[in-house]
Amino acid sequence: MSGFFKSSIGRKVAMALSAFFLMFFLLQHLAINILSVLSPDTFNEVSHFMGTNPLVQFALQPVLIFAVVFHFVMGFVLELRNSKARKVSYAKNNGAANSSWMSRNMIWSGITILAFIGLHFVDFWFPEINTKFIQGDWSGTMEGIEGFRYHEELVHKFANPLRVGAYAFCFVLLGLHLAHGFTSAFQSMGGTAGRKKTLQNIGKAYAIIIPAGFIFIAIYHHLNH
Amino acid sequence: MNLTLKIWRQVDAKDKGKMVDYKVTEISGSMSFLEMMDVLNEQLVNAGEQPVAFDHDCREGICGMCSMYINGEAHGPDRGVTTCQLHMRMFKDGDTITIEPWRAGAFPVVKDLVVDRSAFDRIQHAGGYISVNTSGNTQDANAIPISKQAADTAMDAATCIGCGACVATCKNSSAMLFVGAKVSQYALLPQGQVEAADRVRNMVAQMDLEGFGNCTNTGACEVECPKGISLDNIARMNRELMKASI
Repeated sequence: MSGFFKSSIGRKVAMALSAFFLMFFLLQHLAINILSVLSPDTFNEVSHFMGTNPLVQFALQPVLIFAVVFHFVMGFVLELRNSKARKVSYAKNNGAANSSWMSRNMIWSGITILAFIGLHFVDFWFPEINTKFIQGDWSGTMEGIEGFRYHEELVHKFANPLRVGAYAFCFVLLGLHLAHGFTSAFQSMGGTAGRKKTLQNIGKAYAIIIPAGFIFIAIYHHLNH
Repeated sequence: MNLTLKIWRQVDAKDKGKMVDYKVTEISGSMSFLEMMDVLNEQLVNAGEQPVAFDHDCREGICGMCSMYINGEAHGPDRGVTTCQLHMRMFKDGDTITIEPWRAGAFPVVKDLVVDRSAFDRIQHAGGYISVNTSGNTQDANAIPISKQAADTAMDAATCIGCGACVATCKNSSAMLFVGAKVSQYALLPQGQVEAADRVRNMVAQMDLEGFGNCTNTGACEVECPKGISLDNIARMNRELMKASI
């Protein structure tokens, strides 16, 4: 089996497996975040559960970080290897004639998402780690805020229109990444034969719903802060 | 029609090579692309210059020899055709046509538009066959029933002529459509089952060894393939390799 993951197909399968995990994560992240619009109290409860549950914090979170790092590192490794496979470029190449922009530019949409993750970590994850692991405050509360602090913090972050704009731009790129990545992951796993059309349609819906949901949440909180 | 051709000229494998401009006149729309190249070469020979070297053989879309990257596309702008089947009516009077060899590290340029595609032969040698000893008592082909669907799908895969357009057009120079087709044509038939695991393992290992890139599922190969080989063959190869590795 180790030989399999050293092969070109094995590496693609590994990319697809990490992509499946990340796509599932995005779905559950959106499901939780949408609660911030529908029911702030429920959002606070769920956020506190996710932020303090040992299984989520010490088992799922490290797996998530590993999946993110692996997906990016492997993405760059594959891009580098692929660029080496053609030493001399074409003088004229009409890529648009046979493939989508998304499929040809996964590395650029990926780099944008990587930059977004950096911003997102600075905005939410690092302060959260600081509060819980450095200051040792696992209460989920803050002075001046009644009940849990999570909803208030979220709304406060999206008061800045520049942040909302940056998030929206990155989510559009995420949508483009997913528009190719969703079906591509199934293809790499060998699972598209006979159901390509269905998977493409589900992929398109997923690639629209996920970023549109996150953009809606950011704009909603900006307008209602 | 009168055309300007920008053609890659390279004396040999070691030469750096460069694009050179040529003019051809009175080209008929009914000519094939290779016939147009013949006109150019006649012109060059008459002028005492070296003709442009290019691969060709059957000139009816079966042998898989012709291999030109025309105006940024493998086998040119038409679909489902090889370069020899491409008609000049696809172009307009006054057009400038850029003609390059297949570009891939695994397909080094031999001369001008001729590339060495023996990497494909070595992949085939690694497992693209079934071992049938011709002992004189080979059983009748119809003794093993095969469903129409399996036979048709295997035949579709077997129509790959190994021209290399998939590699040429892929942004990663990946050979997975070719290898996928060769794996599939046997994987779908009972005769191919005996050596199925070794076949896919060895062919993929040889493909990687030759320096082809990884497939990123852009689908460009399927679009440019003159024989319409489907991406399903790559998915099938992936499944076959997973099955063989477990």
